[in-house]
Amino acid sequence: MTQSSVDEMSIVDVPRRVGGRTLDDVLAVVGALLGSLALVWTAYQNLLPTSGLLGFLCCWYAVFLLMYAGVTALRHPRTVVADRVAAAVVHALAGLVGVALLLVIGYTFWRGSDALGHGNFFVSDLSGAGPLDPLNKGGVLHAVVGTLVEMAMAVAITLPLGVACAVFLNEVRGPLTRPVRTVVEAMTALPSIVAGLFIYVTVLVFAGFERSGLAASLAVGVMMLPIIARASEVVLRVVPGGLREASLALGASQWQTVWRVVLPTARPSLATALILGVARGVGETSPVLLTAGYTTYLNADPTHGPMASLPLVTFNLAKSSEAVDQSRAFGAASVLLALVLALFVIARVVAARSGNSKGGRS
Amino acid sequence: MSPGTETIADPVADPVVEHVDEDRPRTVASAAPAADRVFRAVVRASGLLVLLVMGGIGAFLAYQAIPTLRVLGWSFFTEVQWRPEGGRLGIASVGLGTIQVAVVAILIAVPLALSVALYISEYAPRRLRRTLIALLDLMAAVPSVVYGLWGFYFLQPQIIYLARWLSTYLGFLPFFHVDTDVHAATWEQSKYTSSVFICGVVVAMMVLPIVGSVMREVFSHAPQGEREAALALGSTRWGMVRSVVLPFGRGGIIGGTMLGLGRALGETIAVVLIISPAFDLKFRVLERGGNTISELIALRFGESSPFQLSALLAAGLVLFLFTLVINMLAAVVVARSRSGAATEI
Repeated sequence: MTQSSVDEMSIVDVPRRVGGRTLDDVLAVVGALLGSLALVWTAYQNLLPTSGLLGFLCCWYAVFLLMYAGVTALRHPRTVVADRVAAAVVHALAGLVGVALLLVIGYTFWRGSDALGHGNFFVSDLSGAGPLDPLNKGGVLHAVVGTLVEMAMAVAITLPLGVACAVFLNEVRGPLTRPVRTVVEAMTALPSIVAGLFIYVTVLVFAGFERSGLAASLAVGVMMLPIIARASEVVLRVVPGGLREASLALGASQWQTVWRVVLPTARPSLATALILGVARGVGETSPVLLTAGYTTYLNADPTHGPMASLPLVTFNLAKSSEAVDQSRAFGAASVLLALVLALFVIARVVAARSGNSKGGRS
Repeated sequence: MSPGTETIADPVADPVVEHVDEDRPRTVASAAPAADRVFRAVVRASGLLVLLVMGGIGAFLAYQAIPTLRVLGWSFFTEVQWRPEGGRLGIASVGLGTIQVAVVAILIAVPLALSVALYISEYAPRRLRRTLIALLDLMAAVPSVVYGLWGFYFLQPQIIYLARWLSTYLGFLPFFHVDTDVHAATWEQSKYTSSVFICGVVVAMMVLPIVGSVMREVFSHAPQGEREAALALGSTRWGMVRSVVLPFGRGGIIGGTMLGLGRALGETIAVVLIISPAFDLKFRVLERGGNTISELIALRFGESSPFQLSALLAAGLVLFLFTLVINMLAAVVVARSRSGAATEI
């Protein structure tokens, strides 16, 4: 932003870059890296009775930090040494987290590729395939259908209710605003397993309904409702008050203001918040575990009979000791992960579009 | 905000004002149109419905837990075993296990989350920042069953070596002790699997993005002027972080940590997949076996008599109260650390 304003005014006075690295800094890092590698390789691999990749990397990093601090201390005061060491630690730990995330996603898809390679994995259910059948029999179609049906119902319940609740908290207000907000915030702390247990006890045990997709979507809905209500409220809160006042001043009614001004202004970020809430609900296993019932048959009717979903199938197959079932579990997990990634990319695209349009307007 | 409360000065009437004693605002309040009344009624009703549903869950849990607590009394909190057939039900061991998993997870997640937050807000190149934030959000969106699978099939075979190393060299600390001969020629791998420690590491992966994004959010609000002042006074980047960003973000660090703790306490599926259930009071996190409240619910809900179901609901209530108190405290701490004012134009 400062760059563009400088260009516009065509001032010759270009700000000096203060964050740049000198050759000295680069050499200190590279030298410490190589020196510590050589030292640790000699000591750890060849002199001491130690072995193992993990230990090697840890020792290498520890020796690197010491060497880097030492090399920097030759030419710089203590504050600079602390700066360099802190930067090295922050970079290393952040990199470690990135590697861990890559490992989680990569390992799931890698193990899942066995099952995903067979076309039947996507078009048949598991009813005819036992744990000893090869991977070219059976698939997770029933789980995909179950997930889509359950999520559609959960979204149909929670979305209007959650957004209306957010509108109530932020636009209409009333004596109940404070208790509703407190309770909604409190319920975001509800562990998903307790949400599942609640629906299990009320709907299945007391009311006597059978395990079904409907019960599962109720459980997921109970878990998602406070998340969506809260996220939407946060989004509505940042809609500029001036827009509301302008609309009201032009004679619009409150309903028109909310419907034509507030919600459209918040639409992109609202969509992002909702999609992320849905992504959270799709992957949640524990409420489904208690309420949906596990089945290997394709069942598209949410009101009758057990209905499997992707997390539930993954969980059930993962407990098996048969390698084929484990492959299927990773296959189902890959499909689930791909679904979440897709939702996530959609959310990002929506958010990016909102960022652009906002930039254009201002 | 509503039009009725605004004072409206009529510009046309201005010259007249001088002859009148007092400038009285015209009352502009009028009955809301029918559409508005319907709209408000619907919105209020949905707010009320959410209140009833959500409050109903809490009330229902509490109501259902009463018979258990009446029958068992305090022994519900001190009994170690969960044997419904013998009438001995208690959450001492599962409660302790829940706290152990959560504490291990937080101890691992917080330093990593702090580094990630600092890296994104202070060290990363500006053009990478959006991508990194998206990656952090993505990490939070990865389903817990995927983390569980990864922890069981990928992490566990690797991390038992770290567990053995810890117990061999730091075994004199009671919580790192493992009840096996660490110097045996062939070590018992199964002693180190399915432990609280491995669960904690996997749960740490799940809470890390939550903790990290709260911290990053607060760090990014650190006042730019103070940052520049620190740099202009000649401090290094780390000096600036230490004297401006970290003190400013202290509320976010504490609040984010507690938010993560709340999530870690309720985590179910990864724990069910990894840990091998055992009911005993022990503090040896590296050793096989352990239990948490959520795992207890997931394993026992199916075989339940009404009495055991009520006991499970009571355990669920205890878990919920844990997370509730922690989340409330976290919300207070985070809210105090940043200005929550609405943006105005």
